[in-house]
Amino acid sequence: MGCDAVAAEVHPYLDDQLEPDRVGRIQEHLRGCAACTQLYERQRAMNSVIRQHAHYYTAPKHLARSIRSNLRTLAEAERPRRRNAWGWFASGAAFASAATLAVSLSLLQPGPRGGGLEQELIAAHVRSLMANHLTDVASSDQHTVKPWFSGKLDMSPPVTDLTAEGYPLVGGRLDYLDQRAVVALVYRHNQHPINLFVWPGDAAATPLLARQGYNLVRWSQGGMTFAAVSDLNPADLQDFQKLIARSAP
Amino acid sequence: MTEQARVRRFEQLAVPHLDAAYNLARWLTRNDADADDVVQEAFLRAFRFLDGFRGGSERAWLLTIVRHTCYSWLQQNRPAEVVAGYDLEAGDLDAASLDPSFRPPLAGPDPEIALLHQADEDLLNEMIAELPPQFREVVILRELEDLSYKEIAEIAAIPIGTVMSRLARARKALQRAWARRRTEEARHGV
Ligand SMILES: [Zn+2]
Repeated sequence: MGCDAVAAEVHPYLDDQLEPDRVGRIQEHLRGCAACTQLYERQRAMNSVIRQHAHYYTAPKHLARSIRSNLRTLAEAERPRRRNAWGWFASGAAFASAATLAVSLSLLQPGPRGGGLEQELIAAHVRSLMANHLTDVASSDQHTVKPWFSGKLDMSPPVTDLTAEGYPLVGGRLDYLDQRAVVALVYRHNQHPINLFVWPGDAAATPLLARQGYNLVRWSQGGMTFAAVSDLNPADLQDFQKLIARSAP
Repeated sequence: MTEQARVRRFEQLAVPHLDAAYNLARWLTRNDADADDVVQEAFLRAFRFLDGFRGGSERAWLLTIVRHTCYSWLQQNRPAEVVAGYDLEAGDLDAASLDPSFRPPLAGPDPEIALLHQADEDLLNEMIAELPPQFREVVILRELEDLSYKEIAEIAAIPIGTVMSRLARARKALQRAWARRRTEEARHGV
């Protein structure tokens, strides 16, 4: 075994990640080679310095509390839809890891549908408020928000600022409904945030409905489905719906 | 399973690894408040993915989600940091060669090792924080979480060989920079 080969394996050797026969050959080389021994000893010293002195950041106390309270709110919002919308997930056939799943989320036809959709929309709304993640792009300028989505989605959502009408645009983000990426536009009215979810495809409209303290209205136009969710009062939310419907193609 | 039971199951599974989650997020975002946000979001995601957890290491499963959430966050908020990391893949963090400052076999103990051991925590932590995130994370997962190469490969979604080479490059870079700083300080009598 030559010096180059030892240099290449000195880290897995230090980390005890080598097969026993490789370990034996490295040890044999180290016994007879001062240069490699020096390299090895220095690296070993450095690793122990890192282990002893690199800072381990422990979670602040309030974090566990926030997480517990987030979970209870989320569980409450998601309760009735779980068997429907997530049934396929429990079957696990397509499940490799959470990471690959999250990476592979993409905008696919058709958009979310099925019995659990309303619950899912409300859960997405609650989540955006809880995780302090209302917007990925924060801007009241529709010419900033609209281009932000291009390149992330293969659709271009209609984006209109309604400041003059009393519903200023706050920004936008990507959200996930039924494991598909959808557009979420955020508006505000008298300090009440409104999530306007948009995805391609037509679906039967639902009249305004109230669940868990939130109001929701859903409709389709121009080949897109829109759903507005907010704790705003029903009259104002319907007012908002009319304004969006008028401005969208 | 009722929702309450799901929440309890998730808490039993995930909360014991909250420190590991926070430590990784804090090292990747390099900021307390951002780490806080990212961990909260990651735990919500993990809760939604709970039915997909097939056993194995809970910590590795959770760290996979935390790491992914961190990178989404970085890409959104500080895209330059993530991209810059790839430039170093084959560049100046190269560790696959012997130390060019090689000296003849030593009679006594290597003086550099004594210097290495004079710890300066702030300097060390700064140096680690300055590594590109793709290198920083393997150092943190290996040295602070004591994970195997295989576990790190799964969490970071890279081959084991890449774990090995990134870890080697990162440590080598740290060791050289550390030794250089310690030597300078010793020379100037700091
Ligand atoms: Zn040698």
